[in-house]
Amino acid sequence: MLTSPEMTARTTDLDKDVVLEVQDLSLDFRLRTEVLHAARNVNLKLRRGQTLCLVGESGSGKSVTARALMHIIDRNGAIAGGRILLKDQKGDIDIATLDERGKELLSIRGGRIGLIFQEPMSSLSPVHTIGSQIIEAVRLHSRMNKSEARERTIDLLRQVEIPNPDKMVDRYTFEFSGGMRQRAMIAMALASDPDILIADEPTTALDVTTQAEILDLIKRLQESRGMAMLLITHDMGVVAEVADEVAVMHFGRIVEFGSVDEIFYTPKHAYTQRLLDSTVKLEQNRRAATRVETPVGQEIILSARNLTKVYGATKGWLGGNSFALKAVDDVSFDLHAGENLGVVGESGSGKTTLGRMLLRTVEPTSGKVTFFGQEAPVDVTGLSKRGLRAFHRQVRLVFQDPFASLNPRMTVRDIVGDPLLVAGELSGKALDDRVAELLELVGLDPAMRERYPHAFSGGQRQRIGIARALALDPRIIIADEATAALDVSIRAQILDLLLSIQKRLDLSFIFISHDISVVRYFCDRVAVMHRGKLVELGTAEQICTAPREAYTKSLISAVPNPDPRNKRMMHRTRFRA
Amino acid sequence: MTVHTFIDEEPDTGPSTTPLKPSKATSDMGDANQWTLIWYKFSRNKLAVVSGFVILFFCFVGLFAEVLAPSAPDVSRPQFTNAPPQSLGLFVTDADGSSRFQLHVTGYTMEVDPASLRRSYVVDPEQIVPVGLFVQGAPYKMWGLFDANIHLLGPTDPGETMYLLGTDRLGRDLLSRLIHGTRISMSIGLVGVSISLVLGVVLGSLSGFYGGVVDTVIQRVIEVISSMPTIPLWLGLAAAIPLTWSPLMVYFIITLIVSLFGWTGLAREVRGRFFALRGEDFVTAAKLDGSSERRVIFRHILPSLTSHILAVVTLALPTMIVAETALSFLGIGLKAPIVSWGVLLQEAQNVRTIANASWQLVWPAAAVVVTVLAYNFLGDGLRDAADPYES
Repeated sequence: MLTSPEMTARTTDLDKDVVLEVQDLSLDFRLRTEVLHAARNVNLKLRRGQTLCLVGESGSGKSVTARALMHIIDRNGAIAGGRILLKDQKGDIDIATLDERGKELLSIRGGRIGLIFQEPMSSLSPVHTIGSQIIEAVRLHSRMNKSEARERTIDLLRQVEIPNPDKMVDRYTFEFSGGMRQRAMIAMALASDPDILIADEPTTALDVTTQAEILDLIKRLQESRGMAMLLITHDMGVVAEVADEVAVMHFGRIVEFGSVDEIFYTPKHAYTQRLLDSTVKLEQNRRAATRVETPVGQEIILSARNLTKVYGATKGWLGGNSFALKAVDDVSFDLHAGENLGVVGESGSGKTTLGRMLLRTVEPTSGKVTFFGQEAPVDVTGLSKRGLRAFHRQVRLVFQDPFASLNPRMTVRDIVGDPLLVAGELSGKALDDRVAELLELVGLDPAMRERYPHAFSGGQRQRIGIARALALDPRIIIADEATAALDVSIRAQILDLLLSIQKRLDLSFIFISHDISVVRYFCDRVAVMHRGKLVELGTAEQICTAPREAYTKSLISAVPNPDPRNKRMMHRTRFRA
Repeated sequence: MTVHTFIDEEPDTGPSTTPLKPSKATSDMGDANQWTLIWYKFSRNKLAVVSGFVILFFCFVGLFAEVLAPSAPDVSRPQFTNAPPQSLGLFVTDADGSSRFQLHVTGYTMEVDPASLRRSYVVDPEQIVPVGLFVQGAPYKMWGLFDANIHLLGPTDPGETMYLLGTDRLGRDLLSRLIHGTRISMSIGLVGVSISLVLGVVLGSLSGFYGGVVDTVIQRVIEVISSMPTIPLWLGLAAAIPLTWSPLMVYFIITLIVSLFGWTGLAREVRGRFFALRGEDFVTAAKLDGSSERRVIFRHILPSLTSHILAVVTLALPTMIVAETALSFLGIGLKAPIVSWGVLLQEAQNVRTIANASWQLVWPAAAVVVTVLAYNFLGDGLRDAADPYES
């Protein structure tokens, strides 16, 4: 460790800026059979006007640590040691020793420390107006009468850039979009002018363009108010865009701490390096590097023409309604044999509906899907139930959620073998052997096939899902957000696995994702969707480096760049439609 | 400005934990199936486990009622009407003053108050009735199959009497009647629930799986049935039972009546679960795997439902028992000579009995309360354990 004399002098010099100091904080959680040390000897300093990013993958203990700073700990947990010192004019207050229900702690929570949660929908009450919730927060921490508090609330909403704040103050949570809700949450956290702002994954539930706006806003508010900020995130891109200092957390310990530049350019700990590698790796187009030849120009295997899905245009006996929603609007594309086609878009862009229509688990309102298999071209949209079953053997789906998509009551052997058993292809010993073979193909130990899904991690479960999709020797795999639920290091592994399988088997992929880096890594061509329409279709390189359409440009430029010396988000192009 | 620090160690491979019991290695649940996991979760709810044993005990009592009861339920002795409970003694003192082990009860002497003609019983320490285990007593036909006369506990001389819980208005042994009542009351719940279960699961599944018109029709039927006031309806139906029918027939009709109104809740529960499961990814996956609708239901949806159904059934059982008790108490359910807890409570309808022979109210009521509570605790425990996969 570096402790030269002048270094110490400089740190003491800076100490008057420190507003919160965490010393050797340890958190223990009592589980059924063991005690989990969720945080071990964590040391952090939050400085006025500075942003500290606490970064780590799921299960690293970053969220529990952040909550412990406000003494919010689940009932089975306890602070096992250490101090949380809140600097005050009168001296330091140790939050760790404060009474859970004491007045002092309540005045610190929301008073001196503001908290922004990940999920703005569940942290705002649906039965009160946005205004009344913020007014309550304002009045809890200051002596104001109702009309003053209302004025203050409108002012706060203006600060978080909610349009027409004097009208929006009387709206309900459900009348706000995801981004607006998060803005309202921020306004609430700022209600009592806190010195410290803790933001726990504030943009994880949001689309990239909204994420860029919210991060932008938080950063500006923090700088203008001189708050200290602790930002918890799993996304190295976000870290590079907003952090001054970075603490990397891994299994309860801070394995590395330093300025953002040091962490990104001279990472010292093996875990930090690994985390950065898997993030940076996704910034390239691996597919272009590994494929033999460009698949465009190969024969077409699946083609969609003028696919449209309209929801809500029913003609009931009380008269039809007027608010039909076009989830997918006139989308046409071709998939070539051996090609990986990416479909990107924000939530609500219709990309999932498009994928489901190709499989006809959602019936298209109009349009046509044609599949060119070994035999004559098949018109998928006109298939009978029986024909559809044969089609589903050639075109398979990999789900987003590796937990919900595997029947927890069946062993892995039964799950992977089920499609083979149903097809009546194999049974008994032959089926068992084939399952073992498939598991080996996806990089799992075949001896594990007697076990149930709950014995596996998220990444392993996704591998099981892939094995099930491969069981029937399909031609096309539709992967719907197949890596969205996984940590970044596992995400790269799964993508590499899919690429290596593709090399061995004759496969084409339709890869649906909201994550542009994943699509860029994996795909030959990318289709960009926006509000049900296919905005742009081009090669992955072209979409990511030289987008033509205005929407694509704004989308690409909103993606955080994992490089603190080259921040992209702050110079992004904005799109208004 | 910031000091760059790091831990100079290899990254950890897993979260840091300390086992609570160092001697016992943490068990690997990787190849545990659904029932093992449910049992694991259930067994941590001590109250539910204890309740389970209570239920098992009652079932055991009901099953071996003839052996466990000290005498036949319908033997009446006019000289012992409304006799109070006797307590079981362990040691007797012989004439020579030595004390020896002998299970016994002390007899009564009856006194009649000359003014009011009211009978009162006084314990007479001189009258010792020896009691033994597995004694020969009143003959019975075990399960209606073979003759026997062995009783677990009873006076060694079949001519003597033993009333551990007292007697009723006609001088019948309350303990024997309670034990025989256990058989009827417990089984009426089980039989009634089985009928409800079949109706509920079939109609609920149809409703939940097909949705649409089928669902609408079934749901409206359920609403109509559950909107009817139950007691008057039971009264009407029970009153329609011909008096000439044998008690056994009446018993079956009563179960049927009770269960015809009990299935609606179950059907709703099953339907709700079906709706939830139909949207699950793994069910979609099974459909895309080529499974037919029947296979999806029987291979994927129903196995996920069974534990929930079990929990709902356990919670439905006590309502059946209470319904039977209520009907019999009102005198429109089971009738003598059949004995059930409700029939026993019927005896305790008047103030005189409650004032002078309160045991006739206390014991049957206690049996009902304990059983219903035990079923509820057990059902709660099962419901909490029914889905071992949620977070």
